[in-house]
Amino acid sequence: MADPLPAERGEAEAIKAIPVRHPGRWVAAAIILVLAAQLLHWVVTDSALQWGVVGQYLFNSQILTGVENTIKLTIIAMVMGAVLGIGLAVMRLSKNPIVSGVAWIYIWFFRGTPVLVQLIFWFNLPSVLRSVSLGIPFGPSWFHTDPKDLITQLIAVCLGLGLNEAAYMAEIARAGILSVDEGQVEAASALGMTRLLAMRRIVLPQAMRVIIPPTGNETISMLKTTSLAVFVAYNELLGAATNVYSRTYQIIPLLLTASIWYLFMTSVLTIGQYYLERHYARGALRELPLTPLQKLRLLGQRNPGGAAPT
Amino acid sequence: MTATGSSGAAHPMVQAQGVHKHFGRLEVLKGVDLEVAPRDVFCLIGPSGSGKSTFLRCINHLEKISAGRLSVDGELVGYRQQGDKLYELRDREVCQKRQEIGMVFQHFNLFPHMTALGNVMAAPVRVRKEAKAVVHERATRLLDRVGLHDKADCYPAQLSGGQQQRVAIARALAMEPKLMLFDEPTSALDPELVGEVLDVMRDLAAEGMTMIVVTHEMGFAREVGDALVFMDEGVVVEAGTPRDVINNPQHERTKGFLSKVL
Repeated sequence: MADPLPAERGEAEAIKAIPVRHPGRWVAAAIILVLAAQLLHWVVTDSALQWGVVGQYLFNSQILTGVENTIKLTIIAMVMGAVLGIGLAVMRLSKNPIVSGVAWIYIWFFRGTPVLVQLIFWFNLPSVLRSVSLGIPFGPSWFHTDPKDLITQLIAVCLGLGLNEAAYMAEIARAGILSVDEGQVEAASALGMTRLLAMRRIVLPQAMRVIIPPTGNETISMLKTTSLAVFVAYNELLGAATNVYSRTYQIIPLLLTASIWYLFMTSVLTIGQYYLERHYARGALRELPLTPLQKLRLLGQRNPGGAAPT
Repeated sequence: MTATGSSGAAHPMVQAQGVHKHFGRLEVLKGVDLEVAPRDVFCLIGPSGSGKSTFLRCINHLEKISAGRLSVDGELVGYRQQGDKLYELRDREVCQKRQEIGMVFQHFNLFPHMTALGNVMAAPVRVRKEAKAVVHERATRLLDRVGLHDKADCYPAQLSGGQQQRVAIARALAMEPKLMLFDEPTSALDPELVGEVLDVMRDLAAEGMTMIVVTHEMGFAREVGDALVFMDEGVVVEAGTPRDVINNPQHERTKGFLSKVL
């Protein structure tokens, strides 16, 4: 493994000093390891956790439907949040005071009230509205419908989560847009680009670098926030687990099952975020950092069989 | 005072008459009169805060003028005159006119998320909707012309300041402008990189491009410039051929400034 020391090659003598000892580190590590071992032992052996039941339900069709619905909700809510949010961010930066004012009020309202309240609100709205119609404001209308048909359970949940998310995404997108140097818009305008084109082709792609990390965070957060839909009896992952344990009373193992699925999904998202950030770092860094895979491959090449290069 | 380029054509490329510009209460331009003849290299010098950069930015309507008349190639900048009424141009029309005026900035302002080639191709493809193959060919030729054909796939962060500024010049040329504006193009560069940018500008001048150059490079102004204007506190103090103004300044303020930069 070791390279030949410079001294052995007839160069300046290498430093051979006795390193400083750190006994405190060893003690701390030992204490932590003992505690961790104890926890692991409890997790594995305690019968209250009923790992057998967890294994039995992990791929249960009811739970899998829940997983599917959780993913569906997360995607719909985040897409709604991102599209609306970027729109709101551009509105907030508008020179028209009405436009920016409306965006400000939207963000103020949806960020200022709990998402659970909004969820329950949308769910109960159809039962108090008599009819929904589409037409000229304050004038005749052409289209009537029963709000109960319009706002289904899924739509209520998506509205609750998506509209709330938009308020947060708007602030993230606004920070991203503001992070782009003013000279970029100037250069784009000098080339004859319209404001819209400059926003789409020049500003937003650069803003992405600032927007992506907190958005990844929001997505992971959203994946778990979807569990609030259990309050309006929507059958997502936690709802599915609840349905099962309300029959079987195996509360702990089913919560563990749900947790394993949540952890798995957030892990996948974390990896996805890493590669997405890397993609948008193009141009901002001289050299892109290596991915873990590339590092592994390089390690294998550099050190075949542990032989030292001469 | 009116500065006329040496070639003295009947139809000036840029004509300014009593151009004023104020930001709130701060008056930056206090009545600038000058004329830039086609094919001339027109140099603007002056201390910082004298309004020379602001004037340059008025020419492509990055700044709106507050009073006076400013026209490019016989057409008013930012407005349309019908009878004795002025109509503000729509955004789209302003953008249309800017396509004919190239601009090079002190800090390059390249698009960092695009390669050098991408930077040069962006405007012709996105703004003028030209076919990619045609633009690609022209962009490659332009990068070749500024000596950077081997850097086409590099991102701006991987280029030196001088190389970035040359890409920026190629990017402006890609729109085939009739007028080029240079806003202190070498001020942000390390001294040893200034020459490569000036060389490209010298070639451009030799090919007959009309250029307005805000600069502190007196050597370049003397050698390449056809006309030179000294601005201070928002007015043109002195104008003439570079040789006359630099070697034989008439005004105290010009003398004072030149003694500091030469």
